[in-house]
Amino acid sequence: MEILSLLGDGMLVAIQPLNLLLILIGVTLGLFIGAMPGLGSVNGVAILLPITFLVPPGSAIIFLAAIYYGAMYGGAISSITLGIPGASTAVATTFDGRPLAMQGKARLALVAAAIASFVGGTVSNVLFTGFAPLLATVALSFGPPEIFALMLLAFATFVGLGGDDIPKTVFSICFGLVLATVGFDQISGAPRLVLFDLNGFLGGISFLVLAIGVYGIGEMIWTIESTRGEISKSDAKISVKGIVEDTGTTFKRGWKGMSIGSFLGFFVGVLPAAGATPASLMSYGVSKMISKRPDDFGKGHVGGVAAPEAANNSASTGSMLPMLTLGIPGSPTTAILLGGMVIWGLTPGPRLFVEQSDFVWGLIGSFYVSNFFAVVVNLAFIPLFIWMLRMPFTVLAPLIFVLSVVGGYAAMQDMFDIWLLLIFGFGAFFLRKFDYPVAPAVLAIVLGPIAEPTLRQSLLLSSGDPSIFFSRPISAPIMIVAIILILMPALKYLRPRRAKPAE
Amino acid sequence: MRVGEIVTAGVLALLSIYLMYKATANGIGFVAGTGPQGGFWPFWLSLGMLISTGFIALNAIRGLSPASQSDEPVLDDFGRKTLLLVGGGIVGFVALVDILSMYGAVAVFMLYYLKVLGRHSWTLTLPMVLVFPLGLFFFFEGLMQITMPTGMSFTEPVFNVLYDIIY
Repeated sequence: MEILSLLGDGMLVAIQPLNLLLILIGVTLGLFIGAMPGLGSVNGVAILLPITFLVPPGSAIIFLAAIYYGAMYGGAISSITLGIPGASTAVATTFDGRPLAMQGKARLALVAAAIASFVGGTVSNVLFTGFAPLLATVALSFGPPEIFALMLLAFATFVGLGGDDIPKTVFSICFGLVLATVGFDQISGAPRLVLFDLNGFLGGISFLVLAIGVYGIGEMIWTIESTRGEISKSDAKISVKGIVEDTGTTFKRGWKGMSIGSFLGFFVGVLPAAGATPASLMSYGVSKMISKRPDDFGKGHVGGVAAPEAANNSASTGSMLPMLTLGIPGSPTTAILLGGMVIWGLTPGPRLFVEQSDFVWGLIGSFYVSNFFAVVVNLAFIPLFIWMLRMPFTVLAPLIFVLSVVGGYAAMQDMFDIWLLLIFGFGAFFLRKFDYPVAPAVLAIVLGPIAEPTLRQSLLLSSGDPSIFFSRPISAPIMIVAIILILMPALKYLRPRRAKPAE
Repeated sequence: MRVGEIVTAGVLALLSIYLMYKATANGIGFVAGTGPQGGFWPFWLSLGMLISTGFIALNAIRGLSPASQSDEPVLDDFGRKTLLLVGGGIVGFVALVDILSMYGAVAVFMLYYLKVLGRHSWTLTLPMVLVFPLGLFFFFEGLMQITMPTGMSFTEPVFNVLYDIIY
């Protein structure tokens, strides 16, 4: 009851006129920043941080949290309408969101993304409110072996359950992981894999360069080539009745994905150094794994949009938890929020809930209010996003190419990366022709920078003994599940061979 | 397609070998007590890539993959034309960035795509060519405070006018 009373007080703070106005501006700005390829919540929060010095600290962090929420909703828009994952958190949304849009079901995809984001946000807010201190303690028990086991599980869901050609999937994952190692060795600090001795590779290869190249350039050229240029425009329809129907369809066909995304997303978000991207990718993988028709994933399954979208929103709230309770940011965006709090004279940590109770509960109350306004604003803008899709393809295509290049430059600030983006784009076009799945490479380049250091730190902890992964109570079951999933293709191959003599 | 798939697997195998070679520079061993060296992780992953390409080529030779069962060419006349006109256009766009500025290159690319490839009317083309780059300028430079390449010095007078508006 005390929690409900505190939450009620917090909500009253959140709906004060100034805070409400900031929430509305924040979610709308965040929606458009998140929808722009190359820009994500981290850019929005970082760029607008100085503006918040004009308002009281409590209102300032409410504004930034609203931008964060809006951007999480917005990331899905470019994934669905343009086929370009604007931020790493929306990579998994592209897998089914784009096929749905290409089938003329963009409205369904956008509604599914908005509703799933709202459900994910709501579930995570409830979990946050009820179990903040407890979950913060559990999260602390996740060390490098546990995080590595989680990463392996994420890869395993793609290998073991992919309907694609297994050697090509394995190639794609390994390639993405190798690309993630280019630049500097994170542990020794030595330059590593500086390809063709080009200095541009010293900065590493960002996932954005690969993702925008693959989806913004390669996939678009492939679409134009494979449709023989006859794709004129999407026949997506706009109507309020349709949006209501799509909401029903989302709950009916995407409830499993939403549930998995909401809970798994929150927990992965809580883990330090994990965040919304692994959460969305893992939720997609697990939803595919437990689906009765996993082969439908990647071809326009509502659950394939709902799972990652519920997860990335849920994880965004989850990543606030270690920041507020322990002072450990769970994502790059919360790291900036943490910096802002320190500047405003607030000290995150266990004492914050006691010493700054009004601030903390005002912020938690604003999560609920922001989540509500984010879904309303998002649904209100769906006609605009659909209108974009109804443009002739010869207008939409150059816009996508331009946004890919401009968005890529905005994020990387280096023309070397833009040329690299083009090389990946043309490479992806040819690989696509030979049915190489490119999504696992994008997944791998995102998770690689987490997977490799945690593997090496684990082995350092155990003096090189790999049994560390199987001797700890949390990492052991995760590792076993991951290994079973990786071996699943081999088991599937053996089963019919054994069955034959019995026939 | 079959030959194309085998050749692609061969090219990717060569890339894998190159990556393995580069990884050796950081040491690929496992030092007792301290764990793997810097090149360990990329080396074994590159080996994984190499082994995968072997299976991919084998599947293609045995005609097991869908691509290897197809008699279509990798790129027919339309494919080559698309790659040349669309792909070439994008390369040209990026090449123009250092000369005309990002926004100038966007305008030229939009003009090329809408008028030459899309054959749209001037009524649609001109506003897109003028308004879209300007919209991008005010969004990135004004709102997001992100600076884009301004090209060679002859673009300066135009940028001076635009920067006067936002600052």
